[in-house]
Amino acid sequence: MQQLSTRHLLGIKGLTETDLQLIFETADNFKEVLNRPIKKVPSLRDITIANVFFENSTRTKLSFELAEKRLSADVVNFASGSSSVKKGETLIDTVNNILAMKVDMVVMRHSSPGAPHFLSRHIRANIINAGDGTHEHPTQALLDAFSIREKLGEVAGKKVAIIGDILHSRVALSNIFCLQKLGAEVMVCGPVTLMPRHIGELGVKVEQDVFKALQWCDVANVLRIQLERQQIKYFPSLREYSLYFGINKKLLNQLDKEIVIMHPGPINRGVELNSDVADSDNAIILQQVENGVAIRMAVLYLLAGVK
Amino acid sequence: MQKRLVLDQTQISIIISRFCHQLIENHDDFDNTVLLGLQPRGAMVLDRIVQRMREIRQLNLKYGYLDATFHRDDFRRRDLPLKANETRIDFLIENKKVILVDDVLYKGRSVRAAMDAMIAYGRPLKVELMVLIDRKYTRDFPIRPNYYGRQVNTLESQYVSVEWQSQGYPEDAIWITEKESK
Repeated sequence: MQQLSTRHLLGIKGLTETDLQLIFETADNFKEVLNRPIKKVPSLRDITIANVFFENSTRTKLSFELAEKRLSADVVNFASGSSSVKKGETLIDTVNNILAMKVDMVVMRHSSPGAPHFLSRHIRANIINAGDGTHEHPTQALLDAFSIREKLGEVAGKKVAIIGDILHSRVALSNIFCLQKLGAEVMVCGPVTLMPRHIGELGVKVEQDVFKALQWCDVANVLRIQLERQQIKYFPSLREYSLYFGINKKLLNQLDKEIVIMHPGPINRGVELNSDVADSDNAIILQQVENGVAIRMAVLYLLAGVK
Repeated sequence: MQKRLVLDQTQISIIISRFCHQLIENHDDFDNTVLLGLQPRGAMVLDRIVQRMREIRQLNLKYGYLDATFHRDDFRRRDLPLKANETRIDFLIENKKVILVDDVLYKGRSVRAAMDAMIAYGRPLKVELMVLIDRKYTRDFPIRPNYYGRQVNTLESQYVSVEWQSQGYPEDAIWITEKESK
């Protein structure tokens, strides 16, 4: 009988290792539920969840919505594009209006780092961060670590290289926190211009040579170049980026070992990852998506259970 | 600490053997019957039944373990949420006779949740309930076992604990203890 040490999932930083293990063990059980002929349990039937997305999302939103429905929760969806936010309403007002409709949990994505933390101080519902700007994306890190655990047996002692646009990536930061809490070694690799200046202080190795990073790691988590967040040019061209940091089969064949390839999606095929790698047996990209639903079910279930 | 022995190792063994013979009598060669042990403690009883059944007769037994944590009616109502256990059922129960196996039948709420959880694997032809201990007069739901080892009269303040040698106890035994002294 255990419960999470927090009633909001704002980031991996606020979780303990016990929390992480509890989430994984619960996700194991939900993964079994997802393979049943009837993939639904009634646990959250008295809970209403609002998915509040101030930023575009396809798979995270779908994954959360599916997880909520598999748990029998009532779901309301909100997308900022078609809402009163456009008319100048503040974040708290928007969410308070949604809560006035008796919503118990809020899953929120926002372009400003810290938006869910701010909200958690002002409203009573459980808040789940589905990505806040370039800060954290905790459920993505959880499902990444869960997928590594599933593929390699455990996370502790494994070497994970995060390759790509580290500067604009909330996935990178959450992954670093999560993997380190679970005892993995983490390396970040990418162009100097896309590397946060003090990233080494987080206790990660920093590498500029993608071949050396691949040679070192057991798992490569390849990130997308987030052109939509880049106000200035950080590298001359996508072609040049692909030439120096893109991962293809030829590169993997030069390694003296097999490594696991991960990607949080959406993939820019031919830029950070070639199709011959993305569709190969080394890649567990679709397993990550499948695990995402189980992880989100576990998070929703456990947070709903916290008194 | 007040503690009263309800069943000792020999008595439990006799009951397990009786269960097996009752099941064989009612379900013949088990070609359309499956056994489901309710996690966590019903699984121990089921393991004993399967083990004894194999000694008695060569049968192709289909059995699995069912966890009903996500179907319980006390989620968010108890102080701490219950931790889920593994469900391992690699068959469908559509049109099958299902025997649910548990150690102690108390309020009947776990069995209700288990019946709810079970339906995810198909529509059973018939469901039977087998328990080692039936605590009489304590039911919250209209649930009654088809097979029981021993019926006991207990108070709300008491707890029935089932100890298995395989879990490190000196021998198999079932006790009634006062909750305070637990």
